[in-house]
Amino acid sequence: MSIQELSTEQAVEMITCVIDGFEVTVPKGTLVIRAAEKLGIQIPRFCDHPLLAPAGACRQCLVDIEINGRAFPKPQASCTIPVENGMVVKTQLTSPVADKAQKGIMELLLINHPLDCPVCDKGGECPLQNQAMSNGRGESRFEGVKRTFEKPVAISSQVLLDRERCVLCARCTRFSEQIAGDPFITLNERGALQQVGIYEDEPFDSYYSGNTVQICPVGALTGTSYRFRARPFDLVSTDSACEHCASGCAMRTDVRRGKTLRRLAGEDASVNEEWNCDKGRWAFKYEVAKNRITTPLIRDANGQLQEASWPEALAAAAAGLKDARAGVLVGGRATVEDAYGYSKFARVTLGTNNIDFRSRSHSDEELDFLSTVSTNATYKDIDNADHVVLINFEPEDESPIVFLRIYKQVHKRAIKVTSIASLASRGSEKLNANLVKTAPGNEVASINSVTDLTGKSVVLVGERASETQGALSAVAKLVKESGAKLGWVPRRAGERGAIAAGAMPNSLPGNRLISDAAARVDIATAWAVDSLPSATGLSTQEIINSDLQAVVIGGVDPMDISPDAKLKLSKKFIVSLEIRQSDITEIAAVVLPVAAVVEKSGSFVDWQGKVRKFEAAVEQSLNRSDVRIISMLADEIGKPINLPTVKSARVELESIGNWDGAKPEMKSTVSNSTKSVGPEEAILSSWRNLLDKGSLQDGEENLAGTARGSVIVISKSRASYLGVKENDLVRVSNNYGAVTLPCAIGDIEESTVWVPRNSLNSQLIRNLGVVSNSVVKVAKA
Amino acid sequence: MAFTTEQISIMDSIIARYPRKRSAIMPLLHYVQSIDGYVTNEGIELIGQKLELATAEVTAVSTFYTQYKSKPVGEYHVGICTNTLCAVMGGDLIFDAVKEHLGIENDGVTSDGKVSVEHIECNAACDYAPVVMVNWEFYDNQTVQSVKDLVDGARAGNPPAPTRGPKTLRSWKQNSAVLAGISDGLANEGVQAGEPTLLGLKKAKGGA
Amino acid sequence: MSKLTPVLSANWDQADSFTIDGYKRSGGYTAVAKALAMNPDEVIQLVKDSGLRGRGGAGFPTGSKWGFIPQGDNKDHYFVVNADESEPGTCKDTPLMMANPHVLIEGVIIGSYAIRANYAFIYIRGEVTHVVRRVQQAIEDAYKAGLLGKNILGKGFDLELVLHVGAGAYICGEETALLDSLEGFRGQPRLRPPFPAIAGLYAKPTVVNNVESVASVPAIVNQGVAWFTSMGTEKSKGFTLYSLSGHVNNPGQFEAPLGITLRQLLEISGGVRKGHKLKFWTPGGSSTPIFTDAHLDVPLDYEGVAAAGSMLGTKALQIFDETTCIVRAVLRWTEFYKHESCGKCTPCREGTWWLVQVLKDLEAGKGSEADLDKLLDLCDNIMGRSFCALADGAASPIISSLKYFRQEYLDHLSAGACPFDPMAATLFESAGVK
Repeated sequence: MSIQELSTEQAVEMITCVIDGFEVTVPKGTLVIRAAEKLGIQIPRFCDHPLLAPAGACRQCLVDIEINGRAFPKPQASCTIPVENGMVVKTQLTSPVADKAQKGIMELLLINHPLDCPVCDKGGECPLQNQAMSNGRGESRFEGVKRTFEKPVAISSQVLLDRERCVLCARCTRFSEQIAGDPFITLNERGALQQVGIYEDEPFDSYYSGNTVQICPVGALTGTSYRFRARPFDLVSTDSACEHCASGCAMRTDVRRGKTLRRLAGEDASVNEEWNCDKGRWAFKYEVAKNRITTPLIRDANGQLQEASWPEALAAAAAGLKDARAGVLVGGRATVEDAYGYSKFARVTLGTNNIDFRSRSHSDEELDFLSTVSTNATYKDIDNADHVVLINFEPEDESPIVFLRIYKQVHKRAIKVTSIASLASRGSEKLNANLVKTAPGNEVASINSVTDLTGKSVVLVGERASETQGALSAVAKLVKESGAKLGWVPRRAGERGAIAAGAMPNSLPGNRLISDAAARVDIATAWAVDSLPSATGLSTQEIINSDLQAVVIGGVDPMDISPDAKLKLSKKFIVSLEIRQSDITEIAAVVLPVAAVVEKSGSFVDWQGKVRKFEAAVEQSLNRSDVRIISMLADEIGKPINLPTVKSARVELESIGNWDGAKPEMKSTVSNSTKSVGPEEAILSSWRNLLDKGSLQDGEENLAGTARGSVIVISKSRASYLGVKENDLVRVSNNYGAVTLPCAIGDIEESTVWVPRNSLNSQLIRNLGVVSNSVVKVAKA
Repeated sequence: MAFTTEQISIMDSIIARYPRKRSAIMPLLHYVQSIDGYVTNEGIELIGQKLELATAEVTAVSTFYTQYKSKPVGEYHVGICTNTLCAVMGGDLIFDAVKEHLGIENDGVTSDGKVSVEHIECNAACDYAPVVMVNWEFYDNQTVQSVKDLVDGARAGNPPAPTRGPKTLRSWKQNSAVLAGISDGLANEGVQAGEPTLLGLKKAKGGA
Repeated sequence: MSKLTPVLSANWDQADSFTIDGYKRSGGYTAVAKALAMNPDEVIQLVKDSGLRGRGGAGFPTGSKWGFIPQGDNKDHYFVVNADESEPGTCKDTPLMMANPHVLIEGVIIGSYAIRANYAFIYIRGEVTHVVRRVQQAIEDAYKAGLLGKNILGKGFDLELVLHVGAGAYICGEETALLDSLEGFRGQPRLRPPFPAIAGLYAKPTVVNNVESVASVPAIVNQGVAWFTSMGTEKSKGFTLYSLSGHVNNPGQFEAPLGITLRQLLEISGGVRKGHKLKFWTPGGSSTPIFTDAHLDVPLDYEGVAAAGSMLGTKALQIFDETTCIVRAVLRWTEFYKHESCGKCTPCREGTWWLVQVLKDLEAGKGSEADLDKLLDLCDNIMGRSFCALADGAASPIISSLKYFRQEYLDHLSAGACPFDPMAATLFESAGVK
């Protein structure tokens, strides 16, 4: 925290008031209901939510208030009134009027509420049930007819609505509008018939819809996948971190008898507040997929994988690796501890810097950027930003909580957002972003055109920037010259941690450059080895293309890298550490099963650089984290790394600390020439939609039902040139192959065509061999 | 029904009345009713597009207000005031008699699509009770017989003129356009005021 | 001697009273010229000095409302007329706008000028097509006459006036619900503060005034504070429209100084329905606690009615004679509130749902005396607990009717049915028409 921040925080005016006879001092603007919480006084409530604008709708939190001796004539909703000096509040604990008012409201809330708690998902963790017990009348006096509705209504494939349970608190509708910017659920009708609903042809397909289920104070909104599956008191909850992206969400994983039944957003004000995205919430079945690997496997003489014991498998792996010219592919989803294990294993056991975590498009310029340019932006900087610049980064699809944080400020303060992208995505439209329409390959000019950045501005660059030569150099220059904060936001949860762990060809743990002899000495000392290899290692693509004899591979899909990666790797001796059968296990000589995230402890580093520790949610699992396996393998080879547990890896990495010596400037890479296209051609642009064919979403049909349609986006003029209208089939092709999808006519740069990178019927490396910045043919299909 | 270019340009002119376009949602909904007779999905989608709103947001508004209909009403939509004062003075009797006469329930439409009936709340004409509205035109001081005659006339295509309104009763759709702010040029037709409105003035001037 | 003081209604007996020519012939649009020659602050002061209070129900001083608008704030200001007349029994603004929409427009121009608004709206309820026609035409004619638009009367003042037509929602008469509705949202009341004077329409400083209040301004400008304050009572100055309806021989609009009594109005108009006697009445619409024949001499001004336990409200005097069943009347009003509850808050939404069910049983003679206490306790849990005043209005007729007519409720229970003949209350037999 900077001194400036401290001083502004100290400048907040403090207010002292009295609640139920106790004095409490809180910052100006604090609502009575929250000042009471500070004293441990719980005022019952339904519509109140600290992250939503006050509604004052349910009236459950009525209290008696007087200010400087003047009493309000009637009880006030404590969720709408900020404290004032001289205010005296009497809650239900000390005011019979407030107590009767609250009991009266509770009785009214219950007259139309069904008594179906025994079959309701919320039963046992229901604010209505709990508060009816704590603050309600013993018995209802209602003898009339209850309101009923047809039930349940599927407002999307993943959310069900039971309207008769709804207390019309409007938390869900306010969330959708104020937090997610997806006003697809609204309050409809009026009076006693008021109800939550969708427009009939437009389901609640928000990336954030699960939050409404979580904040619903009754059982009106339930998740399709969890409905009727468990009682809350049978679940064991563990705080966890989300493995799906680099946003860094705190999570809660609820397990019953060794099986994950649901995941919820955890609370962390400095990261995800109380929200998460639907992928984080509802994509976890991969860990119990049928193709889960449960024992080590060794490829036999006939080329078949056979089950083996751990000693057999480790011996086979060691035999193939020992004395081989080898490399390591870590994958983007490793925990910091696992990545550290791979990093140390490469250097100490294999004696090489041939290690890379990048399982996607990448460049040497990126490597240089990641090892020399400091990224210092945080969520808090977004909260205070005057201007957010997005460069080859679609936060809603690629880091959804970053999106929510920017949207929050757009909604609250209408901050300026600039997006350098090929098209106006739904996300950038919601952010009301000033779009600098840019054909892939032309980003440098667009980055150079950004002006009026200040020290309060935040530049967020995505991993796709590596796909354009010169872009990251231009970003570094922009930030250096403007003083703006910089964030590099990769998609995957493990990338920032892998950088910290030195799982890359030019750096060692703690951001130490291999080229720096002093840095090498640091690490050699920490690892108690005589020396470390000094030559910069090979990158992912180079390892694949190389004549290395052996490669140790963590969670990597070769189809994320290049079309021939699998074939090339198949010529080498592959040791695969995997949770499920994959393209890599198909070609591996030895397969070593490892633990899924819920089965192990560890930590990720979010895009801010903040460590997100988690413990095993499924404690009974016999599966072990990669670092444990890799350490056994090192032992077997005879060059131990001594990391027998996750904790030992964490402690060792922490003790090494970050490099505090000087670092070279990033080398400036100039952009290459831009492409010209003929009328039937276009430059390919793509990114991954949040919900797509990603392997961690396997088996989640309800979630997939809310994915955005797989469409090819073309400009209006291209549509008229091709003679197609919205939803007509369009074919994008090159010498490698083709993708044919319905088209959407959008606000896209004229020479560009956008195709989803990894969605239904559109997996670009598989279908086109390239993902972006390449000339393709576009035709009416 | 698809909207014509002319209709869409009228919608644009409605939007142009307001400093912020979302404000145009109510007149646009009236306007959709003037074309389709009720709030159709096509209308909701077009309004959403025009105002850059989610269709759910348009639905939220259209279902809040009772004058927006989610299904077709009659060419002559008859509203019978059954709020306390009119009800007591005869509105209840009129309402029951008319439903029976037409063989429809509240919110029902006759099979020929000519007449629909709805009981309505106070329509700000209590000094003319019992009050009946047809396409939101005043029919003052009604009786059971007068309303039967009214609906019979409407079904025959010959409804009587409103008490305080234009010389001829216009259709539901035509009047919906007026509510959308599109003039039909009939403002000058009809009386300036009925007898009860003028009673105080008359008494003040010493009249009987 | 007649106590009536026709001002707003003075020209209504002219067949063309609603036209711009008709209005001008009776002196219309002279006040606006006078006002535009004044400093806007002077106009506000004039209205403050007149003591004009809101005629839409709450009785808040109009000039003070105007004075709350921050000046020199470089923000757009808005002037909004609440013409959503929907309170049961209330029927004054609608005939006013039908007979003379121009006086309202003249008031809008003066008011907008005073608060420095260049955009004004008239939010009219949607169920009055012909009134919509009249006001729309009047606005068009005022534009043509240079009274609206750019540089009004050459005084450098610009004003756009838009007629906004509602679509059937009583709650939109509540000023913040009206503003949400005008912004294109569901008409549900907003949290206050901020008040409309600070953050109203589009979050900009906004005045919302009732039709009759605004229409009263031109006369005040023209004839002065002394003239206006010579009418009415100490704290309730001026004249107003009283609407007499129900079981009277001659219902209608009566413009009189504030403080006139129902007895006087009945004398002037011709009394309660022949052969019958007054049983109960509302002083200002269904939301104001009912009165009985014991209240005939209550001065009908803000203070007088309040002192007698009700509210002046909209001065909608609904008269019911002894043929009317109080339980039926109250049930019907309660059904109205249930129908019109916006649904936002629990006590109103759920409370009216429940109240209707209890009252239905009581009307049918079902239940016990304990149910009357339960009914009152429910009202206690609803009144003053809701987001806006709608639910208070719903509880008013119930509480006040039980105060004056508890025995009649009990009579239903002992009879096991409603003891009244609904035919007797209709006009039909007495009028000889069935």
